[in-house]
Amino acid sequence: MKYIASIGLEVHVQLKTDSKMFCSCRTSFGDKPNANICPVCLGYPGTMPTMNEKAICYTVMTGLMTGSSISNYSKFDRKSYFYPDMPKNYQISQYDMPLCVGGSVEIESDAGARSVALCRIHLEEDVAKNLHFANHSGVDFNRAGTPLMEVVTEPDMVSPDEALAFLLALKQILQYVGASDCNLEEGNLRCDVNCSVRPEGTETLGTKSEIKNLNTFKGVHDALAYEIVRQVEALQNGERIVQDTRRWDVDAGATFQMRSKEAAHDYRYFPEPDLMPVVLLQEQIDTWKKGLPELPGARRKRFVAQYGLPEYDARVLAGDREVADLFEQAASFNTDYKSVSNWIMTELLRHLSETGKTVASLPLTPKALADLVALVGGGKVTSTSAKEILGELMAHGGDPATIMQARGLVQVNDSDELSMFVNEAVADNPKSVEDYRKGKKAAIQFLVGQVMKQSRGKANPQIVAQLVRERIDAH
Amino acid sequence: MMDVAGEKNIDVAYVAHLARLRLSEEETAVFQKQLEGIVGYVNKVREIDTTGVEPTAHGRSVQNVFREDMAREGLTTEEVLRNAPAQRDGLFVVPKIVE
Repeated sequence: MKYIASIGLEVHVQLKTDSKMFCSCRTSFGDKPNANICPVCLGYPGTMPTMNEKAICYTVMTGLMTGSSISNYSKFDRKSYFYPDMPKNYQISQYDMPLCVGGSVEIESDAGARSVALCRIHLEEDVAKNLHFANHSGVDFNRAGTPLMEVVTEPDMVSPDEALAFLLALKQILQYVGASDCNLEEGNLRCDVNCSVRPEGTETLGTKSEIKNLNTFKGVHDALAYEIVRQVEALQNGERIVQDTRRWDVDAGATFQMRSKEAAHDYRYFPEPDLMPVVLLQEQIDTWKKGLPELPGARRKRFVAQYGLPEYDARVLAGDREVADLFEQAASFNTDYKSVSNWIMTELLRHLSETGKTVASLPLTPKALADLVALVGGGKVTSTSAKEILGELMAHGGDPATIMQARGLVQVNDSDELSMFVNEAVADNPKSVEDYRKGKKAAIQFLVGQVMKQSRGKANPQIVAQLVRERIDAH
Repeated sequence: MMDVAGEKNIDVAYVAHLARLRLSEEETAVFQKQLEGIVGYVNKVREIDTTGVEPTAHGRSVQNVFREDMAREGLTTEEVLRNAPAQRDGLFVVPKIVE
Protein backbone atom coordinates (compact mmCIF):
# COMPACT_ATOMS: atom_id res chain seq x y z
CA MET A 1 0.00 0.00 0.00
CA LYS A 2 1.19 3.51 -0.76
CA TYR A 3 1.12 6.14 1.96
CA ILE A 4 0.79 9.92 1.79
CA ALA A 5 2.53 12.11 4.34
CA SER A 6 1.04 15.28 5.81
CA ILE A 7 3.55 17.71 7.22
CA GLY A 8 2.95 20.91 9.16
CA LEU A 9 5.57 23.31 10.46
CA GLU A 10 5.76 25.76 13.32
CA VAL A 11 8.63 28.11 12.63
CA HIS A 12 9.88 30.31 15.46
CA VAL A 13 11.53 33.41 14.10
CA GLN A 14 13.63 35.74 16.24
CA LEU A 15 12.81 39.23 15.06
CA LYS A 16 15.52 41.76 14.29
CA THR A 17 14.76 44.33 16.95
CA ASP A 18 17.31 46.14 19.11
CA SER A 19 15.37 45.59 22.32
CA LYS A 20 13.29 42.75 23.75
CA MET A 21 9.57 42.19 23.23
CA PHE A 22 8.33 43.53 26.55
CA CYS A 23 11.31 45.40 28.02
CA SER A 24 14.23 47.55 26.83
CA CYS A 25 17.02 45.01 27.31
CA ARG A 26 19.35 44.39 24.37
CA THR A 27 18.74 41.41 22.11
CA SER A 28 22.37 40.97 21.04
CA PHE A 29 23.72 37.46 20.56
CA GLY A 30 26.90 36.06 22.08
CA ASP A 31 27.17 38.33 25.12
CA LYS A 32 28.33 37.00 28.49
CA PRO A 33 25.60 35.00 30.28
CA ASN A 34 22.94 37.00 32.12
CA ALA A 35 24.20 40.38 30.92
CA ASN A 36 21.08 41.72 29.12
CA ILE A 37 18.49 41.38 31.80
CA CYS A 38 16.16 43.51 33.88
CA PRO A 39 13.42 42.86 36.43
CA VAL A 40 10.81 42.61 33.64
CA CYS A 41 12.46 39.76 31.72
CA LEU A 42 13.34 38.08 35.02
CA GLY A 43 9.64 38.12 35.84
CA TYR A 44 9.93 39.94 39.14
CA PRO A 45 6.64 40.64 40.89
CA GLY A 46 5.28 44.11 40.27
CA THR A 47 7.04 44.64 36.94
CA MET A 48 5.02 45.57 33.89
CA PRO A 49 5.62 44.50 30.27
CA THR A 50 5.25 47.01 27.42
CA MET A 51 4.98 46.01 23.77
CA ASN A 52 7.77 46.68 21.28
CA GLU A 53 6.04 48.41 18.35
CA LYS A 54 8.71 47.30 15.86
CA ALA A 55 8.00 43.63 16.63
CA ILE A 56 4.29 44.16 15.98
CA CYS A 57 5.15 45.94 12.72
CA TYR A 58 7.49 43.13 11.54
CA THR A 59 4.84 40.51 12.27
CA VAL A 60 2.16 42.42 10.40
CA MET A 61 4.55 43.06 7.47
CA THR A 62 5.32 39.34 7.27
CA GLY A 63 1.59 38.63 7.37
CA LEU A 64 1.02 41.05 4.51
CA MET A 65 3.76 39.35 2.47
CA THR A 66 2.07 35.97 2.96
CA GLY A 67 -1.37 37.32 2.17
CA SER A 68 -2.63 36.64 5.70
CA SER A 69 -5.57 38.56 7.00
CA ILE A 70 -4.38 41.07 9.58
CA SER A 71 -6.50 41.07 12.72
CA ASN A 72 -8.04 44.41 13.55
CA TYR A 73 -8.24 43.28 17.17
CA SER A 74 -5.53 41.12 18.65
CA LYS A 75 -4.37 40.36 22.20
CA PHE A 76 -1.73 38.60 24.26
CA ASP A 77 -2.29 35.70 26.62
CA ARG A 78 -0.41 33.90 29.36
CA LYS A 79 0.66 30.34 28.65
CA SER A 80 1.42 28.71 31.98
CA TYR A 81 4.00 26.01 32.47
CA PHE A 82 6.91 25.23 34.72
CA TYR A 83 10.34 24.96 33.23
CA PRO A 84 13.65 26.54 34.25
CA ASP A 85 13.82 28.51 30.97
CA MET A 86 10.74 30.53 31.95
CA PRO A 87 11.25 32.82 34.94
CA LYS A 88 7.61 33.93 35.26
CA ASN A 89 6.26 30.38 35.00
CA TYR A 90 4.24 31.64 32.09
CA GLN A 91 5.15 32.78 28.62
CA ILE A 92 3.40 35.77 27.10
CA SER A 93 2.04 34.51 23.78
CA GLN A 94 -1.08 34.85 21.67
CA TYR A 95 -3.78 32.22 21.97
CA ASP A 96 -7.09 32.83 20.24
CA MET A 97 -6.54 36.23 18.67
CA PRO A 98 -3.22 36.22 16.79
CA LEU A 99 -2.00 39.19 14.75
CA CYS A 100 -2.26 37.33 11.41
CA VAL A 101 -4.67 34.62 10.29
CA GLY A 102 -4.42 32.41 7.20
CA GLY A 103 -2.31 33.24 4.17
CA SER A 104 0.08 31.13 2.12
CA VAL A 105 3.66 30.82 0.93
CA GLU A 106 4.62 29.94 -2.65
CA ILE A 107 7.12 27.12 -2.79
CA GLU A 108 9.04 25.36 -5.54
CA SER A 109 10.42 21.86 -5.27
CA ASP A 110 11.15 19.04 -7.70
CA ALA A 111 7.44 18.24 -7.53
CA GLY A 112 6.68 21.66 -9.00
CA ALA A 113 5.42 25.01 -7.77
CA ARG A 114 2.52 25.25 -5.35
CA SER A 115 1.30 27.22 -2.41
CA VAL A 116 1.45 26.10 1.23
CA ALA A 117 -1.44 27.28 3.40
CA LEU A 118 -0.69 29.08 6.65
CA CYS A 119 -2.82 28.71 9.74
CA ARG A 120 -1.63 31.80 11.59
CA ILE A 121 1.30 34.04 12.56
CA HIS A 122 1.53 35.20 16.15
CA LEU A 123 3.97 36.94 18.42
CA GLU A 124 5.42 35.75 21.72
CA GLU A 125 8.56 36.03 23.83
CA ASP A 126 11.53 33.71 23.58
CA VAL A 127 12.65 31.77 26.63
CA ALA A 128 16.02 31.45 28.37
CA LYS A 129 18.81 29.18 27.24
CA ASN A 130 19.67 26.12 29.26
CA LEU A 131 23.15 24.71 29.40
CA HIS A 132 23.64 21.18 30.60
CA PHE A 133 26.49 19.93 32.76
CA ALA A 134 27.29 16.59 34.36
CA ASN A 135 25.32 17.06 37.58
CA HIS A 136 23.36 20.25 37.06
CA SER A 137 22.03 22.63 34.46
CA GLY A 138 22.71 26.36 34.06
CA VAL A 139 20.30 29.05 32.90
CA ASP A 140 21.22 32.14 30.85
CA PHE A 141 18.31 34.58 30.60
CA ASN A 142 19.81 36.83 27.90
CA ARG A 143 17.53 35.33 25.26
CA ALA A 144 14.44 35.42 27.50
CA GLY A 145 12.05 38.05 26.18
CA THR A 146 13.46 38.29 22.65
CA PRO A 147 10.55 38.85 20.23
CA LEU A 148 9.64 35.52 18.69
CA MET A 149 7.27 35.35 15.75
CA GLU A 150 5.66 31.96 15.24
CA VAL A 151 4.59 31.02 11.73
CA VAL A 152 2.24 28.04 11.78
CA THR A 153 1.37 26.17 8.59
CA GLU A 154 -1.53 23.86 7.89
CA PRO A 155 -0.49 20.17 7.56
CA ASP A 156 -0.17 20.97 3.90
CA MET A 157 3.20 19.60 2.79
CA VAL A 158 3.66 16.05 1.55
CA SER A 159 7.43 15.50 1.53
CA PRO A 160 10.63 16.51 3.31
CA ASP A 161 11.59 18.33 0.09
CA GLU A 162 8.46 20.45 0.26
CA ALA A 163 9.12 21.26 3.92
CA LEU A 164 12.63 22.35 2.98
CA ALA A 165 11.30 24.41 0.05
CA PHE A 166 8.83 26.08 2.43
CA LEU A 167 11.60 27.03 4.85
CA LEU A 168 13.72 28.48 2.05
CA ALA A 169 10.77 30.48 0.71
CA LEU A 170 9.87 31.73 4.20
CA LYS A 171 13.48 32.71 4.85
CA GLN A 172 13.47 34.67 1.61
CA ILE A 173 10.33 36.55 2.67
CA LEU A 174 11.72 37.28 6.13
CA GLN A 175 14.92 38.66 4.66
CA TYR A 176 12.97 40.74 2.17
CA VAL A 177 10.89 42.26 4.96
CA GLY A 178 14.05 42.64 7.04
CA ALA A 179 12.15 41.03 9.91
CA SER A 180 14.94 38.63 10.84
CA ASP A 181 18.61 37.96 10.14
CA CYS A 182 17.62 34.30 9.69
CA ASN A 183 20.99 33.26 11.08
CA LEU A 184 20.56 29.57 11.87
CA GLU A 185 23.82 29.30 13.81
CA GLU A 186 22.51 31.93 16.19
CA GLY A 187 19.16 30.17 16.51
CA ASN A 188 17.18 32.87 14.68
CA LEU A 189 14.96 30.17 13.13
CA ARG A 190 13.81 27.12 15.07
CA CYS A 191 11.21 24.61 13.95
CA ASP A 192 8.75 22.19 15.43
CA VAL A 193 7.37 19.85 12.80
CA ASN A 194 4.37 17.57 12.89
CA CYS A 195 3.98 14.65 10.59
CA SER A 196 1.47 11.90 9.92
CA VAL A 197 0.90 9.36 7.20
CA ARG A 198 -2.30 7.91 5.74
CA PRO A 199 -3.01 5.30 3.08
CA GLU A 200 -3.32 6.75 -0.42
CA GLY A 201 -6.94 7.32 -1.36
CA THR A 202 -8.11 8.08 2.18
CA GLU A 203 -8.97 11.57 3.38
CA THR A 204 -8.68 11.51 7.17
CA LEU A 205 -5.23 12.44 8.43
CA GLY A 206 -3.32 9.79 10.36
CA THR A 207 -2.17 10.16 13.96
CA LYS A 208 0.63 12.68 14.11
CA SER A 209 3.98 12.92 15.82
CA GLU A 210 5.57 16.21 16.70
CA ILE A 211 9.33 16.63 16.43
CA LYS A 212 10.54 19.48 18.60
CA ASN A 213 13.22 22.10 18.32
CA LEU A 214 14.96 21.52 15.01
CA ASN A 215 17.43 24.32 14.38
CA THR A 216 18.76 23.50 10.94
CA PHE A 217 16.91 23.12 7.63
CA LYS A 218 18.79 19.89 7.02
CA GLY A 219 17.62 18.66 10.42
CA VAL A 220 14.00 19.31 9.43
CA HIS A 221 14.47 17.49 6.14
CA ASP A 222 16.31 14.49 7.59
CA ALA A 223 14.04 14.14 10.64
CA LEU A 224 10.96 14.11 8.39
CA ALA A 225 12.52 11.62 5.99
CA TYR A 226 13.19 9.30 8.93
CA GLU A 227 9.82 9.88 10.59
CA ILE A 228 7.77 9.12 7.48
CA VAL A 229 9.55 5.80 6.98
CA ARG A 230 9.15 4.97 10.68
CA GLN A 231 5.42 5.59 10.62
CA VAL A 232 4.82 3.76 7.35
CA GLU A 233 6.79 0.74 8.58
CA ALA A 234 4.86 0.74 11.86
CA LEU A 235 1.53 0.74 10.00
CA GLN A 236 2.70 -1.98 7.62
CA ASN A 237 3.61 -4.11 10.63
CA GLY A 238 0.07 -3.68 11.91
CA GLU A 239 1.10 -1.32 14.72
CA ARG A 240 -0.86 1.71 15.80
CA ILE A 241 0.77 5.18 15.72
CA VAL A 242 0.65 6.80 19.14
CA GLN A 243 0.43 10.59 19.18
CA ASP A 244 3.67 11.74 20.76
CA THR A 245 6.38 14.35 20.95
CA ARG A 246 9.77 13.30 19.65
CA ARG A 247 13.26 14.67 19.32
CA TRP A 248 15.68 14.32 16.42
CA ASP A 249 19.08 12.84 17.25
CA VAL A 250 21.48 13.95 14.51
CA ASP A 251 24.17 11.44 15.41
CA ALA A 252 21.79 8.49 15.56
CA GLY A 253 19.92 9.74 12.50
CA ALA A 254 16.64 8.85 14.23
CA THR A 255 13.77 10.38 16.20
CA PHE A 256 13.13 9.34 19.80
CA GLN A 257 10.01 9.67 21.90
CA MET A 258 10.12 12.40 24.58
CA ARG A 259 6.57 12.10 25.87
CA SER A 260 3.30 10.65 24.73
CA LYS A 261 0.02 12.51 24.39
CA GLU A 262 -1.15 11.21 27.76
CA ALA A 263 1.22 13.65 29.44
CA ALA A 264 -0.02 16.55 27.31
CA HIS A 265 0.21 19.97 28.91
CA ASP A 266 -2.69 22.04 30.09
CA TYR A 267 -1.39 25.56 29.53
CA ARG A 268 -4.41 27.33 31.09
CA TYR A 269 -4.25 30.24 28.65
CA PHE A 270 -5.89 33.41 29.81
CA PRO A 271 -5.67 37.04 28.64
CA GLU A 272 -2.52 38.84 29.82
CA PRO A 273 -3.97 41.47 32.17
CA ASP A 274 -0.81 43.62 32.04
CA LEU A 275 -1.05 44.28 28.30
CA MET A 276 -3.73 46.17 26.46
CA PRO A 277 -5.07 44.80 23.18
CA VAL A 278 -3.58 45.69 19.80
CA VAL A 279 -6.11 47.43 17.60
CA LEU A 280 -4.89 47.93 14.05
CA LEU A 281 -6.83 50.40 11.99
CA GLN A 282 -6.95 49.86 8.25
CA GLU A 283 -5.11 53.16 7.92
CA GLN A 284 -2.13 51.84 9.89
CA ILE A 285 -2.12 48.56 7.97
CA ASP A 286 -2.24 50.45 4.66
CA THR A 287 0.74 52.59 5.66
CA TRP A 288 2.77 49.46 6.43
CA LYS A 289 1.51 47.89 3.22
CA LYS A 290 2.89 50.77 1.16
CA GLY A 291 6.32 50.13 2.63
CA LEU A 292 6.24 46.48 1.55
CA PRO A 293 8.94 45.30 -0.81
CA GLU A 294 8.16 43.30 -3.92
CA LEU A 295 7.92 39.53 -3.31
CA PRO A 296 10.91 37.52 -4.59
CA GLY A 297 8.75 35.60 -7.07
CA ALA A 298 7.27 38.79 -8.55
CA ARG A 299 10.67 40.39 -8.75
CA ARG A 300 12.07 37.34 -10.55
CA LYS A 301 9.37 37.58 -13.21
CA ARG A 302 9.95 41.32 -13.57
CA PHE A 303 13.71 40.80 -14.00
CA VAL A 304 12.98 38.52 -16.97
CA ALA A 305 10.45 40.92 -18.48
CA GLN A 306 12.15 44.24 -17.78
CA TYR A 307 15.83 43.38 -18.21
CA GLY A 308 15.55 40.41 -20.56
CA LEU A 309 17.52 38.24 -18.15
CA PRO A 310 17.42 34.45 -18.44
CA GLU A 311 15.16 32.75 -15.89
CA TYR A 312 18.22 31.34 -14.13
CA ASP A 313 19.84 34.75 -13.63
CA ALA A 314 16.57 36.26 -12.46
CA ARG A 315 16.15 33.51 -9.87
CA VAL A 316 19.67 33.84 -8.48
CA LEU A 317 19.53 37.64 -8.29
CA ALA A 318 16.00 37.94 -6.89
CA GLY A 319 16.73 35.28 -4.27
CA ASP A 320 18.54 37.78 -2.08
CA ARG A 321 17.05 41.22 -1.58
CA GLU A 322 20.42 42.97 -1.23
CA VAL A 323 21.81 41.29 -4.34
CA ALA A 324 18.66 42.15 -6.29
CA ASP A 325 18.87 45.78 -5.14
CA LEU A 326 22.52 45.96 -6.17
CA PHE A 327 21.66 44.60 -9.61
CA GLU A 328 18.84 47.09 -10.16
CA GLN A 329 20.88 50.04 -8.98
CA ALA A 330 23.83 49.04 -11.18
CA ALA A 331 21.45 48.44 -14.08
CA SER A 332 20.28 52.05 -13.78
CA PHE A 333 23.85 53.11 -14.76
CA ASN A 334 24.61 50.42 -17.34
CA THR A 335 22.10 48.95 -19.75
CA ASP A 336 24.25 45.90 -20.52
CA TYR A 337 22.05 44.03 -18.04
CA LYS A 338 23.30 40.55 -18.85
CA SER A 339 26.93 41.55 -18.26
CA VAL A 340 26.04 43.24 -14.96
CA SER A 341 24.20 40.06 -13.98
CA ASN A 342 27.18 37.90 -14.99
CA TRP A 343 29.62 39.84 -12.86
CA ILE A 344 27.31 39.67 -9.86
CA MET A 345 26.52 35.98 -10.24
CA THR A 346 30.12 34.85 -10.71
CA GLU A 347 32.73 37.05 -9.04
CA LEU A 348 30.58 38.87 -6.51
CA LEU A 349 28.56 35.90 -5.22
CA ARG A 350 31.73 33.78 -5.05
CA HIS A 351 33.37 36.50 -2.98
CA LEU A 352 30.34 36.62 -0.66
CA SER A 353 30.23 32.86 -0.17
CA GLU A 354 34.00 32.66 0.38
CA THR A 355 34.12 35.48 2.90
CA GLY A 356 30.68 35.00 4.46
CA LYS A 357 30.04 38.71 3.93
CA THR A 358 26.82 40.38 2.81
CA VAL A 359 26.36 42.86 -0.03
CA ALA A 360 25.56 45.59 2.48
CA SER A 361 28.90 45.13 4.21
CA LEU A 362 30.89 45.66 0.98
CA PRO A 363 32.26 49.14 0.17
CA LEU A 364 31.46 48.44 -3.50
CA THR A 365 28.87 50.89 -4.87
CA PRO A 366 26.35 50.00 -7.63
CA LYS A 367 27.82 52.83 -9.72
CA ALA A 368 31.35 51.39 -9.44
CA LEU A 369 30.12 47.96 -10.50
CA ALA A 370 28.26 49.47 -13.47
CA ASP A 371 31.36 51.47 -14.47
CA LEU A 372 33.59 48.42 -14.27
CA VAL A 373 31.24 46.42 -16.50
CA ALA A 374 31.30 49.37 -18.94
CA LEU A 375 35.11 49.37 -18.96
CA VAL A 376 35.15 45.68 -19.89
CA GLY A 377 32.40 46.18 -22.47
CA GLY A 378 34.25 49.11 -24.02
CA GLY A 379 37.46 47.10 -24.37
CA LYS A 380 39.28 49.32 -21.89
CA VAL A 381 40.21 46.47 -19.61
CA THR A 382 40.45 42.68 -19.96
CA SER A 383 38.20 40.51 -17.86
CA THR A 384 41.26 39.18 -16.05
CA SER A 385 42.22 42.70 -15.00
CA ALA A 386 38.59 43.52 -14.25
CA LYS A 387 38.52 40.68 -11.73
CA GLU A 388 41.48 42.24 -9.98
CA ILE A 389 39.77 45.63 -9.97
CA LEU A 390 36.54 44.14 -8.64
CA GLY A 391 38.52 42.48 -5.86
CA GLU A 392 39.86 45.88 -4.87
CA LEU A 393 36.38 47.46 -5.09
CA MET A 394 34.94 44.78 -2.83
CA ALA A 395 37.81 45.09 -0.35
CA HIS A 396 38.28 48.86 -0.20
CA GLY A 397 35.81 50.51 -2.58
CA GLY A 398 36.83 53.29 -4.96
CA ASP A 399 36.44 54.10 -8.62
CA PRO A 400 37.25 51.37 -11.19
CA ALA A 401 38.82 53.71 -13.77
CA THR A 402 41.11 55.20 -11.13
CA ILE A 403 42.16 51.77 -9.91
CA MET A 404 42.73 50.67 -13.50
CA GLN A 405 45.05 53.61 -14.15
CA ALA A 406 46.84 53.37 -10.82
CA ARG A 407 47.60 49.69 -11.28
CA GLY A 408 48.48 50.02 -14.95
CA LEU A 409 45.72 47.64 -15.99
CA VAL A 410 44.58 49.51 -19.07
CA GLN A 411 44.04 46.97 -21.83
CA VAL A 412 46.70 47.01 -24.50
CA ASN A 413 45.00 47.19 -27.91
CA ASP A 414 47.99 48.63 -29.71
CA SER A 415 49.23 46.13 -32.32
CA ASP A 416 52.81 47.40 -32.27
CA GLU A 417 53.07 47.07 -28.54
CA LEU A 418 51.59 43.56 -28.69
CA SER A 419 53.65 42.40 -31.70
CA MET A 420 56.75 42.19 -29.52
CA PHE A 421 55.02 39.73 -27.16
CA VAL A 422 53.58 37.81 -30.12
CA ASN A 423 56.95 37.42 -31.80
CA GLU A 424 58.45 36.23 -28.54
CA ALA A 425 55.68 33.69 -27.97
CA VAL A 426 55.96 32.30 -31.50
CA ALA A 427 59.76 32.07 -31.30
CA ASP A 428 59.74 30.37 -27.87
CA ASN A 429 57.09 27.77 -28.71
CA PRO A 430 57.91 26.10 -32.03
CA LYS A 431 55.98 22.99 -31.02
CA SER A 432 52.69 24.88 -30.70
CA VAL A 433 53.35 26.72 -33.94
CA GLU A 434 53.94 23.37 -35.62
CA ASP A 435 50.72 21.93 -34.14
CA TYR A 436 48.75 24.91 -35.37
CA ARG A 437 50.14 24.59 -38.86
CA LYS A 438 49.20 20.89 -38.87
CA GLY A 439 45.62 21.99 -38.31
CA LYS A 440 45.38 21.75 -34.51
CA LYS A 441 43.50 25.03 -34.12
CA ALA A 442 43.43 24.82 -30.32
CA ALA A 443 47.20 25.28 -30.24
CA ILE A 444 46.66 28.96 -30.88
CA GLN A 445 45.04 29.32 -27.48
CA PHE A 446 48.28 28.29 -25.81
CA LEU A 447 50.18 30.96 -27.73
CA VAL A 448 47.57 33.59 -26.88
CA GLY A 449 47.88 32.51 -23.25
CA GLN A 450 51.63 33.07 -23.37
CA VAL A 451 51.13 36.61 -24.66
CA MET A 452 48.49 37.31 -22.03
CA LYS A 453 50.94 36.13 -19.39
CA GLN A 454 53.72 38.35 -20.73
CA SER A 455 51.39 41.34 -20.78
CA ARG A 456 50.25 40.52 -17.23
CA GLY A 457 46.68 40.05 -18.41
CA LYS A 458 46.43 43.46 -20.01
CA ALA A 459 46.50 42.42 -23.68
CA ASN A 460 43.28 42.36 -25.66
CA PRO A 461 42.90 38.60 -26.32
CA GLN A 462 40.97 39.05 -29.60
CA ILE A 463 43.68 41.26 -31.06
CA VAL A 464 46.39 38.91 -29.80
CA ALA A 465 44.73 35.90 -31.47
CA GLN A 466 44.53 37.86 -34.70
CA LEU A 467 48.19 38.88 -34.50
CA VAL A 468 49.36 35.34 -33.69
CA ARG A 469 47.47 33.97 -36.69
CA GLU A 470 48.90 36.66 -38.96
CA ARG A 471 52.41 36.09 -37.64
CA ILE A 472 52.35 32.32 -38.24
CA ASP A 473 50.60 32.55 -41.59
CA ALA A 474 53.20 35.09 -42.76
CA HIS A 475 56.08 32.64 -42.32
CA MET B 1 -14.26 23.90 35.39
CA MET B 2 -17.69 22.44 34.84
CA ASP B 3 -21.07 23.66 35.79
CA VAL B 4 -23.17 20.79 34.59
CA ALA B 5 -25.54 19.74 37.33
CA GLY B 6 -24.08 17.06 39.59
CA GLU B 7 -20.49 17.68 38.47
CA LYS B 8 -17.75 19.56 40.23
CA ASN B 9 -17.21 23.25 39.51
CA ILE B 10 -13.53 22.78 40.03
CA ASP B 11 -11.12 19.87 40.44
CA VAL B 12 -8.81 21.01 43.21
CA ALA B 13 -6.48 18.01 42.97
CA TYR B 14 -5.94 18.67 39.25
CA VAL B 15 -5.43 22.41 39.71
CA ALA B 16 -3.00 21.73 42.57
CA HIS B 17 -1.04 19.38 40.32
CA LEU B 18 -0.86 22.02 37.56
CA ALA B 19 0.36 24.59 40.10
CA ARG B 20 2.86 22.06 41.52
CA LEU B 21 1.22 22.29 44.97
CA ARG B 22 1.44 19.26 47.21
CA LEU B 23 -1.84 19.06 49.13
CA SER B 24 -2.80 16.45 51.68
CA GLU B 25 -6.13 14.67 51.31
CA GLU B 26 -7.56 16.76 54.12
CA GLU B 27 -6.37 20.00 52.52
CA THR B 28 -7.74 18.94 49.15
CA ALA B 29 -11.15 18.32 50.73
CA VAL B 30 -11.15 21.68 52.54
CA PHE B 31 -10.10 23.63 49.43
CA GLN B 32 -12.50 21.67 47.24
CA LYS B 33 -15.37 22.84 49.40
CA GLN B 34 -14.13 26.44 49.66
CA LEU B 35 -13.30 26.85 45.97
CA GLU B 36 -16.56 25.25 44.88
CA GLY B 37 -18.31 27.92 46.88
CA ILE B 38 -16.23 30.67 45.29
CA VAL B 39 -16.57 29.37 41.73
CA GLY B 40 -20.27 28.79 42.28
CA TYR B 41 -20.64 32.37 43.46
CA VAL B 42 -18.73 33.73 40.45
CA ASN B 43 -20.90 31.55 38.20
CA LYS B 44 -23.81 33.78 39.14
CA VAL B 45 -22.39 36.22 36.59
CA ARG B 46 -23.48 33.77 33.93
CA GLU B 47 -27.06 34.38 34.83
CA ILE B 48 -26.77 37.88 33.40
CA ASP B 49 -28.08 38.24 29.87
CA THR B 50 -25.05 39.22 27.77
CA THR B 51 -26.68 38.95 24.38
CA GLY B 52 -25.06 41.44 22.04
CA VAL B 53 -22.25 42.32 24.46
CA GLU B 54 -18.72 41.96 23.03
CA PRO B 55 -16.37 39.96 25.26
CA THR B 56 -13.44 42.00 26.52
CA ALA B 57 -10.16 41.15 28.19
CA HIS B 58 -9.97 44.50 29.93
CA GLY B 59 -12.20 46.82 31.85
CA ARG B 60 -10.59 49.90 30.34
CA SER B 61 -10.75 50.84 26.70
CA VAL B 62 -7.06 51.68 26.35
CA GLN B 63 -5.26 50.06 23.43
CA ASN B 64 -1.96 50.04 21.52
CA VAL B 65 0.28 50.89 24.44
CA PHE B 66 3.56 50.54 22.57
CA ARG B 67 7.20 51.17 23.33
CA GLU B 68 9.73 52.41 20.80
CA ASP B 69 12.40 49.82 19.93
CA MET B 70 15.26 51.33 21.90
CA ALA B 71 17.71 49.26 23.92
CA ARG B 72 18.78 50.37 27.38
CA GLU B 73 21.10 48.98 30.01
CA GLY B 74 19.44 46.63 32.45
CA LEU B 75 20.91 45.18 35.62
CA THR B 76 24.50 44.10 36.07
CA THR B 77 25.15 40.37 36.09
CA GLU B 78 26.04 40.66 39.81
CA GLU B 79 22.67 42.25 40.56
CA VAL B 80 20.87 39.66 38.42
CA LEU B 81 22.46 36.76 40.29
CA ARG B 82 22.24 38.30 43.76
CA ASN B 83 19.14 36.29 44.71
CA ALA B 84 20.18 33.10 42.94
CA PRO B 85 20.28 30.14 45.33
CA ALA B 86 23.21 28.78 43.32
CA GLN B 87 25.32 30.20 40.50
CA ARG B 88 28.36 29.29 38.43
CA ASP B 89 30.19 31.16 35.67
CA GLY B 90 27.43 33.76 35.46
CA LEU B 91 24.68 31.16 35.14
CA PHE B 92 21.78 30.34 37.44
CA VAL B 93 22.41 26.78 38.59
CA VAL B 94 19.34 24.54 38.65
CA PRO B 95 18.87 20.79 39.14
CA LYS B 96 19.84 18.85 36.05
CA ILE B 97 17.14 19.19 33.40
CA VAL B 98 16.33 15.88 31.77
CA GLU B 99 14.20 16.06 28.65
